[in-house]
Amino acid sequence: MTTTSELPETAPETRYIGKPIKRREDPRLMTGQGSFLDDIRLPGMSYAEVVRSPYAHANIKMIDTGAAKSMPGVLGVFTGDDFMDINPLPCAWQAGKVTNNVNTPRVLAVDKVCQVGDPVAVVVAETPYQARDAAAAVDVDYEELPAVTDAKATTADGAPQLHENAPNNIVLTWECGTDADSVDAALKAADVHVTEEIRNQRLIPTAIETRGSIGRYDPGTDEYTLWETSQCPHVHRLLLAAFVMNIPEHKLRVIAPDIGGGFGQKIFLYWDMPLVLALAKKVGRPVKYVEDRSSNYLTATHGRDHVTDVEIGATNDGHITALKVKTWANLGAYLSTIAPGIPTTLYGRMVAGCYKIPNIHVDVVATYSNTAMVDAYRGAGRPEAAYLVERVCDLVAHATGVDPAEVRRRNFIQPEDFPYDTGVGMLPYDSGNYEQAFDRALEQVGYKELRAEQQRRRRNSDPKLLGIGLSSYVEVCGVAPSKWIGLPGEGWGAGLWESANVRVHLTGKIVATTGSLPHGQGHETSFSQLVAEELGVPIEDVEIQHGDTAGTPFGFGTYGSRSLAVGGIAMYKSLQKVKEKARRIAAHMLEASPEDIVWENGKAHVKGSPEQAKTLGEIALQASVAYDLPDGMEPYLDETTYYDPPNCTFPFGTHVCVVEIDRETGEIALRRYVAVDDVGNVVNPLIVDGQLHGGIAQGLSQALYEGAVYAENGELLTGTMNDYAMPRASMVPTYELDRTVTPSPTNPMGVKGAGEAGTIAATPAVANAVLDALRPFGIENLDMPLTPPKVWAAMHHAAGAAQAAD
Amino acid sequence: MFPTEFAYHRATSVQDAIAFLGANPDAKVLAGGHSLIPAMKLRLAAPGALVDIGRIESLHAIDVRPDGAKIGAMATYNDIRDNAGIARIYPILPEAIAEIGDAQVRERGTFGGSLAHADPAADLTAVFLALNGEIAVTGPNGDRTIKADDLFVDLWTTTLETDEIITSVILPAPPASNGMGYEKHAHPASGYAVVGIAAVLGFSADKTCESARIAVTGATSKATRLTGVEQALTGQKLTAELVSSAAGQASDGLDINGDLYASEEYRAHLVNVLTRRVLTSAAGL
Ligand SMILES: Cc1cc2nc3c(=O)[nH]c(=O)nc-3n(C[C@H](O)[C@H](O)[C@H](O)COP(=O)(O)OP(=O)(O)OC[C@H]3O[C@@H](n4cnc5c(N)ncnc54)[C@H](O)[C@@H]3O)c2cc1C
Repeated sequence: MTTTSELPETAPETRYIGKPIKRREDPRLMTGQGSFLDDIRLPGMSYAEVVRSPYAHANIKMIDTGAAKSMPGVLGVFTGDDFMDINPLPCAWQAGKVTNNVNTPRVLAVDKVCQVGDPVAVVVAETPYQARDAAAAVDVDYEELPAVTDAKATTADGAPQLHENAPNNIVLTWECGTDADSVDAALKAADVHVTEEIRNQRLIPTAIETRGSIGRYDPGTDEYTLWETSQCPHVHRLLLAAFVMNIPEHKLRVIAPDIGGGFGQKIFLYWDMPLVLALAKKVGRPVKYVEDRSSNYLTATHGRDHVTDVEIGATNDGHITALKVKTWANLGAYLSTIAPGIPTTLYGRMVAGCYKIPNIHVDVVATYSNTAMVDAYRGAGRPEAAYLVERVCDLVAHATGVDPAEVRRRNFIQPEDFPYDTGVGMLPYDSGNYEQAFDRALEQVGYKELRAEQQRRRRNSDPKLLGIGLSSYVEVCGVAPSKWIGLPGEGWGAGLWESANVRVHLTGKIVATTGSLPHGQGHETSFSQLVAEELGVPIEDVEIQHGDTAGTPFGFGTYGSRSLAVGGIAMYKSLQKVKEKARRIAAHMLEASPEDIVWENGKAHVKGSPEQAKTLGEIALQASVAYDLPDGMEPYLDETTYYDPPNCTFPFGTHVCVVEIDRETGEIALRRYVAVDDVGNVVNPLIVDGQLHGGIAQGLSQALYEGAVYAENGELLTGTMNDYAMPRASMVPTYELDRTVTPSPTNPMGVKGAGEAGTIAATPAVANAVLDALRPFGIENLDMPLTPPKVWAAMHHAAGAAQAAD
Repeated sequence: MFPTEFAYHRATSVQDAIAFLGANPDAKVLAGGHSLIPAMKLRLAAPGALVDIGRIESLHAIDVRPDGAKIGAMATYNDIRDNAGIARIYPILPEAIAEIGDAQVRERGTFGGSLAHADPAADLTAVFLALNGEIAVTGPNGDRTIKADDLFVDLWTTTLETDEIITSVILPAPPASNGMGYEKHAHPASGYAVVGIAAVLGFSADKTCESARIAVTGATSKATRLTGVEQALTGQKLTAELVSSAAGQASDGLDINGDLYASEEYRAHLVNVLTRRVLTSAAGL
C-alpha cells in the first residue's frame, strides 16, 4: 500500500485543477477496449517479417531469397538493394557546435551489418506465421568481423572499426563548463581529492507494448497512411516525407493509436516505418510489422550506457570545489534519431545537480559499438547526471568523514540564488527550495534515528546490514525554448514548441487537440481537467484529441516531461483566447461592455448582476449560428496556440531509501522508500503519484535488477525477459510520497513536469543505500545492478576489512 | 513470437492420448503449457502436433489419505496449494508453490508438467525428491511407476519415454513426527530457482532424526539429493552446531553451474546457507 500525505492543493477553490480525478481513459484501456497497433486489422492486410543478422559485425556476401519466394502465402521478398531510393534515417539532434560523424540505419542493411539483429531482408506474406516461416528460409552468407561492445574499449587502439567516417569509432567529442586547466588547478588545490570510475549500465526500456507499424498506400490519391507506435507522429511525418522518402508532406498521414508505454523508445524514427510504406506500395496491400519481444530487445533503442572517470576536489568540511568528468557514451551501431543530444545537452549540462560547484569540466566522447542503438530512455541524460553527482556526494562524505546529509546541505543552491546558472551551459534553473524538500524527506524517514540504529547494528555485527541512501536531484523538463535548443544552439534540428486547438461546438461540447502524445501519462484526464476548469464546464463535456496528423495541428510530441509544461500551456493560452472571445460575445448578448463581464461558476455575467448569466453553451450557440455577433467578429469559438516556452522547468526533490542486506547472502531488502518531490503546481495528484511510482520502480530497478549484457562477440546475452530482470510488483517497496510546491515562474500555470522525476531520483538513492550498508567493508563503489551475487562477492572478497570493522 | 505450424488434438482419455502419441511420433503432450508454449514461441521447440490432456477429468483429482496422497498430473499449482489436506500433511508444497513464477503460472502450471519438463531450476522437482514421491505413468505397454530417485537424468531429461504420460504423482505419508520446508533464492528475471533446497525430516519420539531427505534444485543440471547432509543428520539429535556443520558441506561434490547472474562460487555458498536455514527451521531449532 502506498501512503500519500495530504497534498497541498494548487488552489483550494478549484473544481478540477489539483483534484485526484481517476483517469478517464482507464476504463477503456483496462477492459480491452483500447485500440493498440496490433488491434488494427485493415481489409487486405498482409504481414512483414524481417530476416535478422545473427552476427554483430559482418559483411553480407550473398542473400538468396529464392526458396523464401516460393513458400506458401508469400507476396514478396526484398533486400536492401530494393530500397536504394529510400534515404538512411535522419539524425535529427546532432550535438551542437561540434562535428558529428553521422551514420544512421537504412531500412534494410546493405553490404554490412553492425549489430546482432540488423535487418537484412524482409518477407511479406498473407499471415504472420507464413512470414516467419519464409523469413527462416532466406539464405544469407556472412563474413564475420571482430566486434566491440564496451564504450571505453571502442576507442582503444586496435578496436574493430564500424564506420569509415568515424575513426576510432568516435561519433563526437564535446565539452562544457570551466576550462580544463582551471579545473585541474582547483583539483590540485583541494583538501581532498577523490577519483572513481562510475558506470551507468545499459538498460532495455521494455514498454508493455513492443513497437510496430502499419503502412497503407492509396494509388487513387497517391496518399500514404502510417499507423505507428509513436510518441510524436507529427515529427515522424515530417522526417519521413521530407528526409527519408521524398514524398510531399501532405500525402502522408501518420496516426499513433493507443500506445502501451514508450519511455522514450517510441520517440525515434525506425527503419520499419518507411519500410512498411514502401512495401505497401510494392505489394499493393496494407502491410503490418510488429516486433516480438526478442526483436525489440535486439534492435529497438536502449538507454544509458555511460562509463565515467570522475575526479573530485573538496574541502575538509565537505564543500565540493571541483569536478572533472570524462564520459564515454556508447551510442550503439548507428545514431538513433536524437542520440547525440542525450549525453551532451541533457547530461553534460546537468552534472552540477542541485549543488553550487564552482569548477566543473565535462568531456564527453560518444562512440559507436556493435550493440543496439542507445537513445533517450526515461530521464535521458539526467539519470546519468544525477547518478554521477549523487555518488560524488557520498564519495566526498566518505573521504571527509562528513555525514552524507551534511555534504548535500553544505553544497545546496539556496532559494535566493534563483534563477541560478550552474556554469555548464544549461539554461538557468527556474526556481527551487532544495533544502526544504530535503529536510522534509529526512524528517519523514527519521534519518537521525536510522543513523543511530546503523551504529548500533554495526557495533553488534548484526546479521542485517542497514544502509541509508540519499538522492537529491534536479532535472530539466518542459523542453525547450526553440531559440536555445535549436540548430544554432544545442543542435536540435527543429523547434520544440507545442500546439493546442480548442473548439467549442455549437452544443457547448468541447474538443481540444494537443500536439503532445499520451502513452500512459493520462493526458485525456489532466488536459480535460484544465479545459473544464478554465471554461467552467463539466469534464464530461470535454474531449481531448491527439495522435493523428490529419486531426491536430503540428506538435512535437511527448518526451522530456514536456506535455504539461509546454503542451498544457499552449492549451491554457488557447483557453484564455476562447474565454476572451466568449466574454466579448457575452457582453454583446448582455448589452454590456466586455470589461464589465466576469466569469463565475462557468457562467458569464455583468459585474453585480449574476442572475442574468450566460453559459458557455449559450455563448457557443451564438458564436456558431452567428446571426447576432459583435460587428466584425468571426463566427465560432475556435482558437489555436503555438507556444514556445521562454525557459525549461527544473523539478527537484529528495528521495531516501533504506535497505537491509543479508550479510550471509547479499540479499537486499528494501525497508523504506521516502520521496519528497517538487514538480511545481499539480493538476492531478493521482496522476503525478502514479508517474512517480512507475518512475521510482524503473529507477530502483536500474540500481538492483536491470542491465543489458553483451558477449564479447556482440551477442545480447540478456535477450529475453528470462534473463533481463524487469521489476515485478513484489520486487518494489511501499512508496511514502510527499510533496513541496515551488511553482515555476516560467509559465502561467506554474507547472514543471513529473514524468521522469522518479526514475532520475531513485537509482542513486537505492545504490547509495546499498553502498552505505557496505561501508564497514571498505567498499567505495560497485557497478549496478547491485545484485546479491555481486554484493556477496564484494563482501566476501573484502572479508578481512569487514572483520577489522566488526 | 509465432510457433511453427502444428496440429492440435484434445484427448478425451489417457488411452486416446497414448494412441495419438503412438500415431504421431513428433507429437508432444500439452499440460499447463507454461514451459512448452514459450519454447514453441521462441521456436526452441517445434513439435508437429500437440495432444492436450487438460480435459481429461481423472488427471485433475487430488486424493489425500492417511497412507499418502495421489495428485493428478493435471492438478495445477493452485489446485494443490488450495487443497486443505495437502496443506496439513505436506505443508512444503504450498510453501514451495508460493515461490513459483507468478499468479498466471501458478494458475496454469501443473505438477506433472513440472516433473516431465525437468527444468534444472524448477521448484517442485526438489520437493518431489524430498518427499520421496513417485509418478504413475501410462504408455503403450501399460502402467508403471517411476520413483523420484530414478526420474531425473539431466537438463530437461527424464526416464519417461516420449510415448508415455504421467497420470499422477504419488506421495507417501511423511513420517509421523516430521519437519519440512523449502528455501529458495529466485532469479530476478525468470523467477526460477538460482538455488532451492527442499527438506523433509522425520523424528523419533525422543527427537532423534530418523530420516532425512534433502534435495537441491537450480545449482546443478538436475534436481539432486544432498546425501552427504542426509547421512550426517540421520540417527542424530539435531543441534544448531550439527546442522551448521552438516550444511557447511552441502555443496561438496556437486557439479555446480554458473551463469550470467550467479557464479559457481556464489551458488555453492547459497546451497550451504539455504540448506542450513531450511534445516534449522524444519528441525525447529
Ligand atoms: C513466466 C514463467 C515463470 C515461471 N517460473 C517458474 C518458477 O519459478 N519455478 C518453476 O518451477 N517453474 C516456473 N515456470 C514453469 C512452470 O512451472 C511450468 O508450468 C512447468 O514447468 C511446466 O508445467 P506445465 O503444466 O505448464 O507443462 P507444459 O508446458 O504443458 O509441458 C512441459 C513439458 O512436459 C511435458 N508434459 C507435461 N505434462 C505431461 C504429462 N502429464 N506426461 C508427460 N509429459 C508431460 C510436455 O510434453 C512438455 O514437454 C515458469 C513459467 C513461466 C512461463
